[in-house]
Amino acid sequence: MAEPAIELVGIDKRFGAVHANRDIHLRVEKGTIHGIIGENGAGKSTLMSILYGFYQADNGEIRIDGSAVKIPDPNAAIALGIGMVHQHFMLVENFTVLENVMLGVEGAPLLKNGIAKARAELKRLEREYQLDVDPDALIEELPVGLQQRVEILKALYRGAEILVLDEPTGVLTPAEANHLFRILEQLKDQGKTIVLITHKLREIMAVTDNVSVMRQGAVVATRKTEETTVEELAELMVGRRVLLRVQKGEAKPGEIKLSVEDLTVRDSRGVVMVDNASFTVRGGEIVGIAGVAGNGQSQLIETIAGIRTAVSGRVLLDGQLIDITGAADPGELRDRGLAHVPEDRHHMGLVLAFEEYENSILGYHDDPLYLNGPFLDLDAIQADARKKIEKYDIRPGDPRLKTANFSGGNQQKIVLAREMERDPGVLIIGQPTRGVDVGAIEFIHRRIIEMRDAGKAVLLVSVELDEIRSLSDRILVMFAGRIVGERDSDASEGELGLLMAGVEQQEAAE
Amino acid sequence: MSQPFAKLPAWADYGLLPLINLIVAFLVAGLVVLLVGESPIDAAILMVKGAFGSGDGVGYTLFYATNFIFTGLCVAVAFHCGLFNIGGEGQAYIGGLGVALIGLGLGNVLPWWLAFPLAIIASAIFGALWALIPAWLQAKRGSHVVITTIMFNFIAASIMVYLLVGPLKTMGSQAPETRVFGEGGQLPGLGWLLNVVGLNMRSAPLNISFLLALLAAFLVWVLIWRTKLGYEIRTMGFSPKAARYAGISELRIIIITMMISGALAGMMALNPIMGAQHRVQLDFVAGAGFVGIAVALMGRSHPAGIVLAAILFGMLYQGGAEIAFDMPNISRDMIVIIQGLVILFAGALEHMFRPSLQRIFQRFGRAKREPAPAVIAGGGQ
Repeated sequence: MAEPAIELVGIDKRFGAVHANRDIHLRVEKGTIHGIIGENGAGKSTLMSILYGFYQADNGEIRIDGSAVKIPDPNAAIALGIGMVHQHFMLVENFTVLENVMLGVEGAPLLKNGIAKARAELKRLEREYQLDVDPDALIEELPVGLQQRVEILKALYRGAEILVLDEPTGVLTPAEANHLFRILEQLKDQGKTIVLITHKLREIMAVTDNVSVMRQGAVVATRKTEETTVEELAELMVGRRVLLRVQKGEAKPGEIKLSVEDLTVRDSRGVVMVDNASFTVRGGEIVGIAGVAGNGQSQLIETIAGIRTAVSGRVLLDGQLIDITGAADPGELRDRGLAHVPEDRHHMGLVLAFEEYENSILGYHDDPLYLNGPFLDLDAIQADARKKIEKYDIRPGDPRLKTANFSGGNQQKIVLAREMERDPGVLIIGQPTRGVDVGAIEFIHRRIIEMRDAGKAVLLVSVELDEIRSLSDRILVMFAGRIVGERDSDASEGELGLLMAGVEQQEAAE
Repeated sequence: MSQPFAKLPAWADYGLLPLINLIVAFLVAGLVVLLVGESPIDAAILMVKGAFGSGDGVGYTLFYATNFIFTGLCVAVAFHCGLFNIGGEGQAYIGGLGVALIGLGLGNVLPWWLAFPLAIIASAIFGALWALIPAWLQAKRGSHVVITTIMFNFIAASIMVYLLVGPLKTMGSQAPETRVFGEGGQLPGLGWLLNVVGLNMRSAPLNISFLLALLAAFLVWVLIWRTKLGYEIRTMGFSPKAARYAGISELRIIIITMMISGALAGMMALNPIMGAQHRVQLDFVAGAGFVGIAVALMGRSHPAGIVLAAILFGMLYQGGAEIAFDMPNISRDMIVIIQGLVILFAGALEHMFRPSLQRIFQRFGRAKREPAPAVIAGGGQ
């Protein structure tokens, strides 16, 4: 057997008291697609950052094509033929594709010759791997799927033989994701080695040859993909059996709790973000809004929650008008029974620099329960925070701990506990499980169903189509600011995927 | 796993790191002293002796520190709201008008213990109003407070020059200053306090405003960490988006915070005017508004840190004056250079040593196999 493309021997890395990677042994065979799967915080990203030279391992050895190497920085990694496609693209938005690809490897002080050479090379790469992108298009004008292709081209242009992709499908429609997988297959056929980091089990099953499972900083298992199952991988990831399907009974929709009529929202530059959206949410049902990120879902829920202002339209909460033209006050809406779990947990839903208990009252800090005149009643707040910690199993269970030191799942539980425990009539939830580990996802989904069963109206926005499909009683699809279709929860993925991509708008409008 | 470095324990973060910064600052300052041909060690001894060696030395050190506590608190309160108020200088200057109002108007009528509270209120109101306009411009129009407050420093200076060479000047005097306040406009000294610790203060102007400064520091701590308003200020400071989400009005919080900030700067005027000179003189703020920025940076915007940093800068001022007096090669400007170095290392270059210190702690932590994460709740929260 040939030497493996990558061999990691006993890689160990600590950040202070956190043991991010424990004695990791990993073999990635040449010309294969190797999946690395694990929960958030399992150490996947750290491991790849070590491979790419962002961090140095405390112990252990990296072997590329059989010979031990040192990778002190990303330049060394590139020289060794390792290319990385980051989760968040590292592209200059107002540069063209060509300029982005040659950025850093311009070749000469004057650009003219470099551009000509880069153009020829780019053409060759595009032909060879069927990665069609217009080299003169501006990045900001390209859809996300194509931007990702530019990232891949960038790596190939630098001579990558090994390509590491970190959560590459998070921002793609199902169709774009499938296209990406086809590209990866092609690259594999050309002899490239691909490492795919993801937390989506389905992708692993669909595209990889081998898969390694990481848990708590260690590689707990490596399997041939064809010899394993989704259930086994999930169990290996979490360390116990997990329920992958959400179990829920029939919805019993009641009164209309939230009603949105002809809502139009523009952003600060005047671009229409929500275009004439109308829908209702009844008590006792979950209405899911599917869509690729950036199609107006964020603006829609932020407007309903009083954070943004609308250009026109009406929003009624329990039949009462909400002032959405500017005077809306999120605090007042809370008093009227509207709870909001924002998409952006890190900047909006939480103040990461705060201690946990301080976040447990964010938005409800006007409640006399937490106050002694103008003073904060720290005892009352902390006692309340403790109760929520217990009920939502937030770990570590210390209300005096800085919020930034909680894991993503536990941070999300802090927000959920705060919003759900106020017994709201309407609950708006954005990306409930983004960056949340599998174990917590199960818990969060169960709580959302419980809210529905208690007669609350739940409006759910998520870019995870699986999540929308398994939780929602009705599904709305948003594309380019418009609600392009409504489907039942049993709509097929393909059908929703087409709607999400803006196809079939004619039928959807009927 | 997104944290590249280990967190420092609180004692290292709040104690060791500032200490290292300070030592480096003094080492570089020592080189400067060496360059002009004086002994850095002698200079250091002279400085410490000058600042703490006598009752008067201590009196002056704390007198200067009083100014810096007020202006440091002014900067810190705004910091907590994410605002960089560098207009302390102007706000303190205008605050002097409030003091003058009471000192000139009621100094002959009221005893000091009645005039003092009124002067506190007046100086705070004047300082707050001077901060109100930049605050309003920031909140309503998005004009950056850094720009507006620094402009307002110039406007304040011009106004004060106009007043002190015109309407407020004593008849027949050549000096740009008001007349001396009556008895009630003069604050009692704190000689008795130094006597308690066995020091004898003869001419130093340390006065009761020092105690007011300490009280203000305590009240700022209560405000920031124990009140609903402080909670809202901090939310806004850490994340305006979270504040919006929480229904906190940006306009209201910015204006209130800036007015509190300005009020603290305004109260600084009490110390030199009512406490020492007993009249309003041209340029009585003397840069304390700017030193306040360094004090707040060094004190990590925490009142306890600010009091300590203010005393340190008081020492630099007082001890520096002594050096300039005894070492002919070292002029007053040299002292400013040394103070500048301290500001540079303690404030601006604060993060220079942090990564290496974190690495050392990381290694040290691994050797010790610490069981629990080294997370300690920050400051006095």
